[in-house]
Amino acid sequence: MGIGDRVVARYGGPTLIRYLGRRALQAIPLLIGIVTLIFLILHLAPGDPTAVWFNPNIPPEVLDRMRVNMGLDQPLHVQYLRWVKAFLSGDFGYSYTQFRPVRDVIGDALPNTLLLSGTSLLVIFGVGCAVGSVQAVRQYRLTDSLLTFATLFLYSMPGFWLGLMLILVASTSLSWLGLPVSGMTSVDHSLLGPVGKFTDVAQHLVLPTIALGLASAAGVARYMRGEMLEVIQQDYIRTARAKGLSERTVILRHALRNALIPVVSLLGLYLPLLFGGALVIEVVFSWPGMGRLMYDGILARDYPLVMAASFLFAVLVVIGNLIADLLYAFVDPRIRYE
Amino acid sequence: MSRQAPPETRGGRPGPLDIVLPGISALLARRLSGFLALGSWLTLLGVAWFRRSRILDVLAQPGWDGILAVLSLVVLIAAIWLAGNRGRWRSIGSLEPEAGRSPVALAGRRFQRHHQAVLGLAMLATLTVVTLLTPLLAPFDPDMMNLSTGRLLAPSAAHWMGTDELGRDLLSRVLYGARISLVIGFLAVVIAITLGTAIGAVAGYAGGWADAILMRIVDLFLSFPRLVLLITVVAVFQPSIPLIVIVLGLTGWMGVSRLVRGQVLSVREREYVQAARALGYGPGRVLGRHILPNVLTPVIVAATLGIGNAILAEAALSYLGLGVQPPTASWGNIIQSGGDRIIDAWWISTFPGLAIVLTVMSFNLVGDGLRDALDPRHVE
Repeated sequence: MGIGDRVVARYGGPTLIRYLGRRALQAIPLLIGIVTLIFLILHLAPGDPTAVWFNPNIPPEVLDRMRVNMGLDQPLHVQYLRWVKAFLSGDFGYSYTQFRPVRDVIGDALPNTLLLSGTSLLVIFGVGCAVGSVQAVRQYRLTDSLLTFATLFLYSMPGFWLGLMLILVASTSLSWLGLPVSGMTSVDHSLLGPVGKFTDVAQHLVLPTIALGLASAAGVARYMRGEMLEVIQQDYIRTARAKGLSERTVILRHALRNALIPVVSLLGLYLPLLFGGALVIEVVFSWPGMGRLMYDGILARDYPLVMAASFLFAVLVVIGNLIADLLYAFVDPRIRYE
Repeated sequence: MSRQAPPETRGGRPGPLDIVLPGISALLARRLSGFLALGSWLTLLGVAWFRRSRILDVLAQPGWDGILAVLSLVVLIAAIWLAGNRGRWRSIGSLEPEAGRSPVALAGRRFQRHHQAVLGLAMLATLTVVTLLTPLLAPFDPDMMNLSTGRLLAPSAAHWMGTDELGRDLLSRVLYGARISLVIGFLAVVIAITLGTAIGAVAGYAGGWADAILMRIVDLFLSFPRLVLLITVVAVFQPSIPLIVIVLGLTGWMGVSRLVRGQVLSVREREYVQAARALGYGPGRVLGRHILPNVLTPVIVAATLGIGNAILAEAALSYLGLGVQPPTASWGNIIQSGGDRIIDAWWISTFPGLAIVLTVMSFNLVGDGLRDALDPRHVE
């Protein structure tokens, strides 16, 4: 049974669908708000988008015609309504720099960002929960103190700097590992077989994933340690020990599962951090994703691209939060979304 | 005659040395605080002595930051000396219950027992002093270039952190960068806290439609990754320090407003608030005088942690070239300038990054300590 089946089995199909539907309805005003905010930012800026091509050689008639083409001659509310309609239907306009629709440009980059974010999420919650649990089990011993210091250090670290340090180490003292420090694929990627392609991308993923995930993993570990310490004191843990279960079973099967429940709620908290971090990490490692795209777009003043990218980042957060809520309902049987 | 023993008898008997070197008797009594006080006092005196020519230079040419630095040096030396002579250093670090049992005193003692928090506070104090004294401490002018012989020098006795691609001394740039980062972080958090408290208080107190609308606005801002919103705004306008401060403030208030709203909701039906309302006070007075002072504790914690986050965000922004613009040194843009030559000139990016980590870490340590200390549920 997949996760979806189990959710359905537990809550019944109609309840879940009703809940999903209600959340989707709630997301619509949020999306309109997001689009409005981006519209406001763009229109509060001095000058209009044609100022980007400011060039004394372009005759004013041509600039005027461009304005008409872009709808800039219309009253503001018309522009706004047109903007909202276009964005919500996925029409983000035309990229000035890549000479093709923004939707296509983003369609190429989005999977790469999702790949990087996905592996980082695994690191964040995998490493975070593991380290936090180890700390709690070894409370006040040397392991705990050392890990407390390490997590605090990592938690205070800018991801892009960690990325640079990883590049430094990977290309000097750890160069025998042969880890690539830039891009997503090797030069000969297209010549490789399917397995070769997979390992190639996986190798390129290692460093950006660590750089993007480690600081947040430290945050999760700090939280997990507290949760685990609380759970370990509960009566049912004493009962489990009294039954004669091995310490391993007590911790892994009884304590860990209960300590994990509140940690799931961190997912919603770390998603904006994750996507924001991805933006910088992609620049550090030349990862061809949305962040890199947005950054290049800003440098080239490619506003349609920038606005679409920031819209999509926000949409990803909204979707992510919805998934986090569902996951929360799934791991905590006490919660019912009626 | 007195409720408590005079301070002199606690940290060991004061000798004649105490007049010149405050805290020496406490040090002899193995008091950590006496040692720290003496250490920092001697360090400051050392700065004054070894940098005496710089002090004269700075005083000779007009400029507010030089004057401020000299002034802070004098004030700090005098203050530690005076405090040391009064025996304060012996009592500040001690855990004896002589300071009374007011909530503030209790919280203060809980904070002191939190060793990590004390460490963080010491780091912050050092950082603040260094920031104030930067014009006296920095070995070189941060903008002075040496294109002929000084480019990309590795760390050495003359240049502790090496030099950058224009031959500028990195230590001096990191020191001056500290001011920029700290000031931006601090001001941004002031804006964020003010805005967040106001919005959260109104939402929690008014309830109904105002609450619903304000909280949807919070949701809206929370659904943008902070950095995405930051670079979108900065990209459309021209990056400048005031703009960065404002935008950092405008993207950092949501957590605070949720926090304040929750707190306001929990105290607004208390008897003392009802009493204030029954006395006919308007909503402004009830909120400002009776509710807000009682919900500020978590806000202080959030502010401390928020400065760390703001510094990280500013660094990322400057790293992307959208924050503080060169030639003004900020930690983020120094790291950026070394990013391309990370392999052959590792020092350019490494040291400012360490400065960021240590700074953010000390804010996090203090924030954690404050959270534990200010939590009245901690019973002694």
